[in-house]
Amino acid sequence: MYRYDEFDATIVRERVEQFRGQVTRRLAGELTEDQFRPLRLKNGLYLQLHAYMLRIAVPYGVLNSKQMRKLAHIARRYDRGFGHFTTRQNIQFNWPQLGDVPDILQHLAEVEMHAIQTSGNCIRNVTADQFAGVAADEIEDPRIWAEIVRQWSTFHPEFSYLPRKFKIAVTGAPDDRAAVRVHDIGLRIVQNEAGETGFEVWVGGGLGRTPIIGVAIRKFLPKEHLLSYLEAILRTYNLLGRRDNIYKARIKILVQATGGEKFGQMVEEEWEKIKDGPLHLPQAEIDRIHRYFAPPAYEALPDVDPAFETAKLENPDFARWARVNLVKHKVPGYAIVNASLKPEGGAPGDASADQMDLLADLADKFSLGEVRVTHHQNIVFPNVRKRDLFALWQRLKSARLATSNLGFISDIIACPGLDYCNLANARSIPVAQRLSRHFSDPRKLDEIGDLRLNISGCINACGHHHVGHIGILGVDKQGQEFYQVTVGGSSKDDASLGKIVGAAFSEDDIVPAIDTIINTYLANRTDRSERFLDYVRRAGVDPFKEALYGPAPARRTAAE
Amino acid sequence: MAMASQMITANRLLDGAVVYFTAGKSWSPNFTDGAVWPDKESADAALIESKESVKARIVVEPYLFDVAVTEAGPKPTSARERIRADHKPTFEPDQGSWTGQISG
Amino acid sequence: MALLQHGALQPNNWRFVGDDAAIPAEGPVTVSLKRWQAESEVLRGRNAPIGVRLKNDEPALALGEDVHRLSLIEVEFPKFTDGRAFSQARILRDKLGYEGELRAVGTILRDQYLFMTRCGIDSVELPEGKAIDGYLAALKEFSAWYQPASDGRPTVMELRHPANANARRGAAPIVTASVAAHSA
Repeated sequence: MYRYDEFDATIVRERVEQFRGQVTRRLAGELTEDQFRPLRLKNGLYLQLHAYMLRIAVPYGVLNSKQMRKLAHIARRYDRGFGHFTTRQNIQFNWPQLGDVPDILQHLAEVEMHAIQTSGNCIRNVTADQFAGVAADEIEDPRIWAEIVRQWSTFHPEFSYLPRKFKIAVTGAPDDRAAVRVHDIGLRIVQNEAGETGFEVWVGGGLGRTPIIGVAIRKFLPKEHLLSYLEAILRTYNLLGRRDNIYKARIKILVQATGGEKFGQMVEEEWEKIKDGPLHLPQAEIDRIHRYFAPPAYEALPDVDPAFETAKLENPDFARWARVNLVKHKVPGYAIVNASLKPEGGAPGDASADQMDLLADLADKFSLGEVRVTHHQNIVFPNVRKRDLFALWQRLKSARLATSNLGFISDIIACPGLDYCNLANARSIPVAQRLSRHFSDPRKLDEIGDLRLNISGCINACGHHHVGHIGILGVDKQGQEFYQVTVGGSSKDDASLGKIVGAAFSEDDIVPAIDTIINTYLANRTDRSERFLDYVRRAGVDPFKEALYGPAPARRTAAE
Repeated sequence: MAMASQMITANRLLDGAVVYFTAGKSWSPNFTDGAVWPDKESADAALIESKESVKARIVVEPYLFDVAVTEAGPKPTSARERIRADHKPTFEPDQGSWTGQISG
Repeated sequence: MALLQHGALQPNNWRFVGDDAAIPAEGPVTVSLKRWQAESEVLRGRNAPIGVRLKNDEPALALGEDVHRLSLIEVEFPKFTDGRAFSQARILRDKLGYEGELRAVGTILRDQYLFMTRCGIDSVELPEGKAIDGYLAALKEFSAWYQPASDGRPTVMELRHPANANARRGAAPIVTASVAAHSA
C-alpha cells in the first residue's frame, strides 16, 4: 500500500497543528460557530444529535494492521469503544470531545492517517473497488489513480469552497464495484483498441435528493492527462455550479441543466488549454506510486488446497461461508475474504475496539498485514491463502465477524439514521436489525439469493437507498417515523434508480412489508436464476403494489 | 388533548452533549430539569435569554422544541427529541457490536 | 477598508465607482466589467490608474488582452463559502497572463488567505485596524503543496521529480482575445 514520503507526512502534520489552532480559537471565542462549522467540517468533525462525530478518511478503503489498531485505540481512549464504517469506506467515531480532536488527529498522523476533507464542500475521500489489486477480473489497479487523485485534491487552493461536496470514485474492473455511475466523477479504467489503458470519465451522477445516473463525457482519456482533466471539470463546476440553492448545487444539476454533451464540450475546451501544463503527470510519478502497489511476494500454490476442501466437507457452516463470503483471487491458491459487519441483529458497519484489534491481528497473520473497508460497510482480507481459510474463519466466527451473508438481504447498507444523525428523519439501524433477525435463516437467504437492501434515514441518501434492489427511505410524518420503499435500484454496470412502491409504512409495518415484497418475488419468479432485480425489471412495480396495498381498483376506491 | 408547550435544548460546546435550559437559566443534561414554556411569548423570550450562553461559549445553537405536557411530565412530541433526551441510540446495547458505556 | 499587502496593513487609496456615479477626475478607481467594456476609451484617457471589479458570475476571460491595460483587478468573496473567485483569480493569472495587482474584496477569513495567495491574489481588503497576525501566521501553516497553482511555488511532485518539472513549467498557453470572446 502507499506509504507517506517526507512531503505527505509534512502536510498531514501541518494540518494537525492548523486544526489544533482552529479548535483553540473556537474555544477562546475568536471564532463563532458559523465561522467554525465549515472549518471543522473540512476536517470531518460534525456536531450530531448526541455529541460530536469525527469522520476519519480511509483512502480508497485501504488500511494496514497498524492503522486498524490505532483506530481501536482511539475508540477505547476517546470514544465509547466502537466505530462505524461508512459507505465511503471511512470510519466514524460518535462521541469524541471537541478538545480531544487535535490529539486524535495527532495519533492518526503517526500512522499516516487523517480526517482531511471527509466533509465540507470540497473534494471528498476518493473511493475505489475494495478488491483492487487482487480481483481476478481487474484490468488495472485503481488504487494508483485513487492515490494520485487523493494527493491532487488535498488542500486544492482553488477547489476547497465548491458549491457543494464532490465525490470521485475509481474502478479498474469491468464489474463496477465502486458505483462510478452515481458519483460526481466516476473513473473507469478501460482498454482502447490499441491495447492501452485509460479512463472512461463519467460526470454528474449522484444520489441524495435528486438521484441521477451520470453521463460519460469521455470514452478514453490517456492516463497522463488525468489531473488536468479533473481540474477542467472542477473549474467548470466551481464557476458555473449553482450556489443559490443547496439542493441544486451538486454538479449533477449543472450537467443536467447544461446537457451532458454541452457540458463535455465545455470541459474539453478548458482541458485543451491546460493539458500540457504542469498538471501533466510525469511517468516517473506514476511509476513511483505504482511501486507502492506492486503485488506482494505471493507463494506459488496449487489453486486447489486439500485442507480447505476437506474442511468444507467436514463443516457445513464453513462450507457455506466459503461459498458466500469468498471472492476469486487473481493468484492461484489465494482467496479474497469478506468479513461481514452485518451480524444478525447488529448495527451495520459497526465494529468494537476489540473487533478492530482482532481484525488487525488476523490481517497480520493471514492477509499480509492489510484489510480493506468496503462501501457496503464490510471488511475485506485481500490476500488469504486457501489453506488458512478455516483458521481465519474460526477466529472471525468467535468475534461475530463470520456471518455468511455477503450480497444477501441481511447484508444491509444503513446510514446511522436518527439514532445519531442531526439530519435524519427516521432511524435506520433498528430497522436493519429487525430485518436481519427476520431474514436470518441461511436456507431462506439462499432461497432469496442476490439481494441488495439499503436503508437511508433521510433524503440525503447516505444509505444509498435509491440503488438498493430494495431501498428503504425514512421519512418524518408529524414527528413520527415512516418508511418509503423502492424496488429495482442498482449501482452496478446496469445502474438504475429504484421505483417507489406506494405509500410509506409505519415502523411496525415495515418488516412485514419487506416480507410481502420478498414473498411476491419468490412466488412469481420464473425460477431461481431470475434474481430479484431481474424480476423487478421484467414485472415492474405493480405486483408489489397489489400485494402490499390490494388490487388496483380497491386502491383507487380507497383513495377516493 | 395535551397542551402544546415548548422547551429549549442545545449541545454543549466542549463535548457536544445534549443539554436543556432550566428555570434557573442554566443548562442540564437531564431532560427533567428543563423548564417548560407554556406559550409562544414566554418561549421566545427564554430562547433569547438562552442565547447568552452561546456568547459565553457554553452551548451551541439553542432551539425550541414541542413537548406534550402529560400527568407524568413533559414528553417531546418528535422522535428526534425523544432520542436526544435519552442521550443514546435506541437500539439495545447487547446487540451487534455495540459495547459503549452510556453516561449522562 | 484597509489592505493587507506585502505582509502589512496598508492604506487603500483605490475606490470603487458604481455604474451610475460619475468618475472622479483624479485618483485610482475600479469600475464594473460592464462599465469598463462600455467606457474603456474614456477610462484609459484619465491620468490615473484604472481597475476592474469582477463580479462572481462574470467570466474572467471576458477581459482578454485588456488585463494588460489594468493596474488592479478585484475579485469578490461575498461570503466566504462562495469560492468562485478562486477560479477567476487563476484564470486571470494563468490564462490571461495578468501581472498587476489582484485583490480580494468582501469577506476575507484568515483561514482562506493562504489559498487566495496560492491562486494569485496578492492583496486583500480588511477592515481598518484589523489584527493581521493571524493572517500572516496562516501563510506559514503549510510548507508543501500538491498542486501547481498561480503562485509559482514548486509542487511536491516537482520536488519529487525535478527533471520533469523543468520541462513543464511555463508550458501553460496564454489565451488569445478570440478565445476570450468565445468563452464570454
